Amino acid sequence: MLFRYRGGEGMLAWAFHRISGVAVWAFVVLHVIDIYLVGGNPEAYNELLKIYASPIGRVLETVLGAALLYHALNGLRIIVMDFWPPLTRYHRQLWYLAWVIFVGVGLPVAYVILKPIWEGAPA
Amino acid sequence: MSAPYTRSGRARPSGGGPELAIWYLMRVTGVALFVLALTHFLIIHVIYDPSEQDATWIAQVRWSSLFWRAFDWSLLMLVLFHAFMGVRTVIADYAQGGRRMFLLTGLYLLAGVLFVLGTVVVLTLPVVPKG
Repeated sequence: MLFRYRGGEGMLAWAFHRISGVAVWAFVVLHVIDIYLVGGNPEAYNELLKIYASPIGRVLETVLGAALLYHALNGLRIIVMDFWPPLTRYHRQLWYLAWVIFVGVGLPVAYVILKPIWEGAPA
Repeated sequence: MSAPYTRSGRARPSGGGPELAIWYLMRVTGVALFVLALTHFLIIHVIYDPSEQDATWIAQVRWSSLFWRAFDWSLLMLVLFHAFMGVRTVIADYAQGGRRMFLLTGLYLLAGVLFVLGTVVVLTLPVVPKG
């Protein structure tokens, strides 16, 4: 499996895309059920929300956001190469560009999500 | 064996038919989700904070307008297709024969259940006036 995509950045981009995709899928399953509870059993939903808003919940949400953002950026990279094949020559550069945007957008968002852990919940 | 132009996506199926349609739809829904899913995440985690999002908040604020219910339901439809067709590709890569059939059947049943649960709650959650 590791050699099927000739290794290097292309293989890592593929592996991360798959792992992040399955992770987001798993959260979607949970998330549809928890939102169903808003109507079906609001008390149970409110209890679950306390876990989401807890420090551990916030760390997991940051991981979820990272998986979502990587999958979104690398997904665009795949689409760009699928529809403009000559750009496949620059698949490494496109991957590094995705990481630059990932860090530039992701760090401020991670800070906002995690801040209540040390500052207390926002008013 | 594979198309010359893929580096981390699935190679475009050469046979046409449903497989080619799914291949295109993965990309079309992917672009839509780039906008809708990231917007949804920013609303929930940056504009608001999970600590304020109890059931009352959803009824009074988040889902008080038809627009946001339609937005979230569209997001649900797109993600159900994209995520479940994605996992279908993963299952097809790692499981064969009866095991693959079993996993795919479970996968489609789960997608159907989530379609029903998500649609029911979007349509039936009462709008509670603020106050």
